[in-house]
Amino acid sequence: MSIFRSTIPDVATEEPMVQLLGPDGTRTPHEQLDAVLEEADLATPERLRGYYRDMVMIRAADLEATSLQRQGQLGLWASALGQEAAQIGAGHASREQDYLVPTYREHGVAWARGIEPWRLLEMFRGVSHGGWDPNELRTHPYMIVLGSQAPHAVGYAMGLQRDGVVGTGDAETDTAVLALFGDGASSEGEVSESFTFAASFQAPVVFYTQNNQWAISVPTSVQSRVPLAQRSRGWGIPSVRVDGNDVLAVLGAVRSALDSARAGKGPVFVESLTYRMAAHTTSDDASRYRPAAEEQEWAERDPILRLRRHLEQLGEIDEAFVARCDEEAHDLAMQLHHHIHGMEDPDPVHMFDHPYAEPHPIVDAEREEYLAYVAQFEDEEEGGR
Amino acid sequence: MSTSTATTTLPIAKAITAGLRDAMTADDKVLLMGEDIGPLGGVFRVTDGLHAEFGSQRVVDTPLAEAGIVGTAVGLAVRGYRPVVEIQFDGFVFPAFNQITTQVAKMHNRTSGRVNMPLVIRIPHGGGIGAVEHHSESPETYFAHTAGLRILAPATSHDAYWMTRQAIESEDPVIMLEPKRRYWVKGDVDMDHRPELSPWQAAVVRPGTDATVLAWGPSMPLVLESAEAAAAEGIDLEVIDARSLAPVDYPTIADSVRRTGRLLIVHEASVLGGLGGEIAARISEQCFYHLEAPVLRVGGYHLPYPPARMEHAFLPDLDRVLDGVDRLLEH
Repeated sequence: MSIFRSTIPDVATEEPMVQLLGPDGTRTPHEQLDAVLEEADLATPERLRGYYRDMVMIRAADLEATSLQRQGQLGLWASALGQEAAQIGAGHASREQDYLVPTYREHGVAWARGIEPWRLLEMFRGVSHGGWDPNELRTHPYMIVLGSQAPHAVGYAMGLQRDGVVGTGDAETDTAVLALFGDGASSEGEVSESFTFAASFQAPVVFYTQNNQWAISVPTSVQSRVPLAQRSRGWGIPSVRVDGNDVLAVLGAVRSALDSARAGKGPVFVESLTYRMAAHTTSDDASRYRPAAEEQEWAERDPILRLRRHLEQLGEIDEAFVARCDEEAHDLAMQLHHHIHGMEDPDPVHMFDHPYAEPHPIVDAEREEYLAYVAQFEDEEEGGR
Repeated sequence: MSTSTATTTLPIAKAITAGLRDAMTADDKVLLMGEDIGPLGGVFRVTDGLHAEFGSQRVVDTPLAEAGIVGTAVGLAVRGYRPVVEIQFDGFVFPAFNQITTQVAKMHNRTSGRVNMPLVIRIPHGGGIGAVEHHSESPETYFAHTAGLRILAPATSHDAYWMTRQAIESEDPVIMLEPKRRYWVKGDVDMDHRPELSPWQAAVVRPGTDATVLAWGPSMPLVLESAEAAAAEGIDLEVIDARSLAPVDYPTIADSVRRTGRLLIVHEASVLGGLGGEIAARISEQCFYHLEAPVLRVGGYHLPYPPARMEHAFLPDLDRVLDGVDRLLEH
């Protein structure tokens, strides 16, 4: 039996949530997902320690980025604190050949895809609009206009169908797309249109929403009268709600969804229930709209603590490993600090580099005008003024 | 129908069909997407026969969702395809406005040149067909104002064929504004010889000495007719077809205006904030000492496009163009 449901319960609140790790680290067996995790060797003690390390690293990078913003080194930072399991799990659920289409708060997903944190910070510092090669890393640029990336994911998946890399049965060939967006973006028309296209063409795409409860100041209850997971079912897209602070539930559900899409069984939707522990961005003040008690409640469901407790119950983690992770995370934060502080602003003439792929007479003329304008001041400086 | 004979006579719509067919034959990555473009052949029949020839993987009847159509085309382009999207009518492009301006136009720049957006958005545009609201718009200024986009506006069958080919070959996104009320006007097409003129260049289609008249797309037959009427009164007009609206070919226009000293710009879009204003400003700057008169514009009023029984008064016509010429020559 699939974990993905196609029907909507009469009572919306009856939507179940898949959870493999309780907040205290207790492991609950799950027939289907355990089989998925086992088959791909995704839940070995070695792997679990790897996820733990990943989450510790990305949290340290995230906290450092907030500090860098406070130091004036970044214009803005959108923290993903609290969403580490939802992101590290989803990122590692993908295969190398899969294409990921993120929103702008996917630092853990980016980490899992091998994108160095400093590349993410290029955008928030303002030295570029995107710091990596989407084709090389098979990860779309961060998307700021919410929901706009969802149809890109579906279109890419339609390209995969035409390339014959779906449903061949070869694990190295079959490819899917993971489209990521948040609870706020789920209200965007383009997300609905993406559901329509994906369903009509049975595109190999997994829609993955991190429901972090808050779209800046507006709670999910304003975005949707029903659990988000139920939304896609009206389109004929089966879905599941998972505990987004449980790295194993996320990993198993997303891997299972991607496997299904790769096999040519069409789109799947996964709602990952998590919590944005920080403010929306460094420009936001969450105390204006949500109670501290709620933040405290979610702090107790911390995804990193949860995995550590689980590893302790398994006897697969020791103080030395924890200390080593903390040390590496500290080193990463320091590297990030120095890298960003040492990052030079680009010469503004580079803004003329890539508006078009082919030569454009207006852009070329304006670049020359700009250079001539700048040059007259250089002459003045040389002239001793 | 063979598309490889030396010169053939085709209506503009069929020249575009031939351009699409030949582009699809030349490159497997070219695919068409849009509403009703499959077995029906599109509401204007521009894709007629292509579904039968290339199948539903390459001629894709999409759900009725313009943002979805353009947005999925972006994803296909990232994957290496060259999607050609049909927007059914000019007024229906606006649901896709976000995708066109924030995604299609900016993806290449956003990725520091790492990802190209070789997609074509075909839009039948302009008025004069007696349609209901939203079927007669001239939205070129919105797109001309957006860096990252290119706009072609063919006015002849020959340009319609070759601009379709060249838009598809472009590594940049191209909006093709097709003159819908001229779709069935026939003209000669030479499909065997690539034009020497770049699609991004304007063409002097009628040489003259007294004043320059610039227009594009559906207004071209009107301004040529106006030039003939003016000639009967002894006024020798030079007529330029802008062809490309983004970028506009200023050197060709400026060269003409330096000879004639006068420029009239004719377009269907509202004059206020229309592309003619930008052209007037640039030509005034570049040709200031050659101008014998201010640059004048004839176009739509600052109004929502009127109901069909009034559109004749909104659109430039022979009398309004000649009136503009008279005002230009009064100086």
